[in-house]
Amino acid sequence: MIELFINGRGFFVKEGTTAAAAVLTCGTAQFRSSVTGEPRAPLCGMGICYECRLTIDGVQHARSCRIMATEGMRIETT
Amino acid sequence: MTDLLIIGAGPAGIAAAVTAAEQGASVTVIDDNHAPGGQIWRGEFHGKPWYDRFQKVKLNIISDARVIAVHGNAVVIEQGAAARTIHWNKVILATGARELFLPFPGWTLPGVTGVGGLQALVKSGLVIRNKRVAVAGSGPLLLAAAAYLRAKGADLVMIAEQVPTAALMRFGMELRKHPKKLKQAAALQLQLLGVPYVRDCYVEHATGKGKLETLQFRQGSKTFTEEVDYAAIAYGFTPETELAAAFGCEILAHGVWVDKRQQTSIQNVYCAGESTGIGGVDVALLEGELAGLAACRKPTKHLLPLLAREQHFASLLNQTFSPRPGLKHLCTADTIVCRCEDVTYQVLRQQPDSRTAKLQTRCGMGPCQGRICGPANTFLFGWEQGSVRPPILPARMATLALSMTQETSS
Repeated sequence: MIELFINGRGFFVKEGTTAAAAVLTCGTAQFRSSVTGEPRAPLCGMGICYECRLTIDGVQHARSCRIMATEGMRIETT
Repeated sequence: MTDLLIIGAGPAGIAAAVTAAEQGASVTVIDDNHAPGGQIWRGEFHGKPWYDRFQKVKLNIISDARVIAVHGNAVVIEQGAAARTIHWNKVILATGARELFLPFPGWTLPGVTGVGGLQALVKSGLVIRNKRVAVAGSGPLLLAAAAYLRAKGADLVMIAEQVPTAALMRFGMELRKHPKKLKQAAALQLQLLGVPYVRDCYVEHATGKGKLETLQFRQGSKTFTEEVDYAAIAYGFTPETELAAAFGCEILAHGVWVDKRQQTSIQNVYCAGESTGIGGVDVALLEGELAGLAACRKPTKHLLPLLAREQHFASLLNQTFSPRPGLKHLCTADTIVCRCEDVTYQVLRQQPDSRTAKLQTRCGMGPCQGRICGPANTFLFGWEQGSVRPPILPARMATLALSMTQETSS
């Protein structure tokens, strides 16, 4: 298992889990806010829709469905 | 410099790469995914028909990488935070397809995903056990994805197929001419025993506070609702043609134009698989093999009868599962169509074409660059899809700087 932090709270996920799958599995529905402030979350699952964007280890607009969860990863949703 | 550059490592790209490498070509493969297999074989390439041959040949595979710009016979790629240029003599584009999403009220709620989309998320670690899931839209993927989700423990509420019953019956009759496909369909049905498969039925709207809670379905004059955690909804596929457009290739309504040897309208640029038109995995494998042989100047005629047979099945699928015109009327005035820039149906329906919509409303100018709303707008308003300009995908400043240097030198 890998420990990561979603909005500062620690969670354990299986190795080989993407950041997007980790956030959903840990019970966070909203990933980002749209330009008019609507809640959004992954749509395509394959890196083209950009709805899964999160801040990962300080990098904004990271496509979380393409990024593997790593030990100690810090993820911020909006 | 590589003899042959292949872009995409789904079935078409894999078949092309293996075939060309077996002919002695030096082959480089660029793929946006973590491992070869594309979307259909995500995490499952091991054990598939081409896996053994793939293991035996020498290939230079660059994973987690995407093409950002095309300059003559060079492409600028980005891999993580690094950017570089690759030169090629011949290139095979095997960029595949994406799901066709048609907007309806509530489709932007968290919890509403694609069909392959939800499957991909589960394959990448999303725990779906005991979650209530509805699968809706159109096409055989509904069954394949539903069977997968069920096997992973999802509580499948129902599968809603928009195609009317009579058309599905005709498809069933034709399916008898393709015993292999019939067998696959029967196996899926067995795995889905007990899950309602509702024909002539589609999702009319989704509601929920901050996330998806309720779906409303329509079947003829009847409507009903279901409480769900996830709704996996898509209306088949649309070819990924943006990269081919950036290479200057001619694009038709159904995909990239190719000749009988998979060459596009641009010399030494080949295209294989879903990007030439939605045909499924068997067409993709054959087209990849054809493109690999053609790029090595080898005969390809022996594969044409096999391809024709698979294409017959593909056209049968495309005829049967094309979205019904009634789905054009699901949007209300304030339904968001362009999800990146939050452009509503009401604003878009006043626009004459995609270019004007782009200039006046920013529709298609967000990070997805119109990949989601473009095909939806074609369906809703009959617009031709917009032009493609570099960067083909959002990129880092350092990548853009490299791309500009390359542009000056070529």
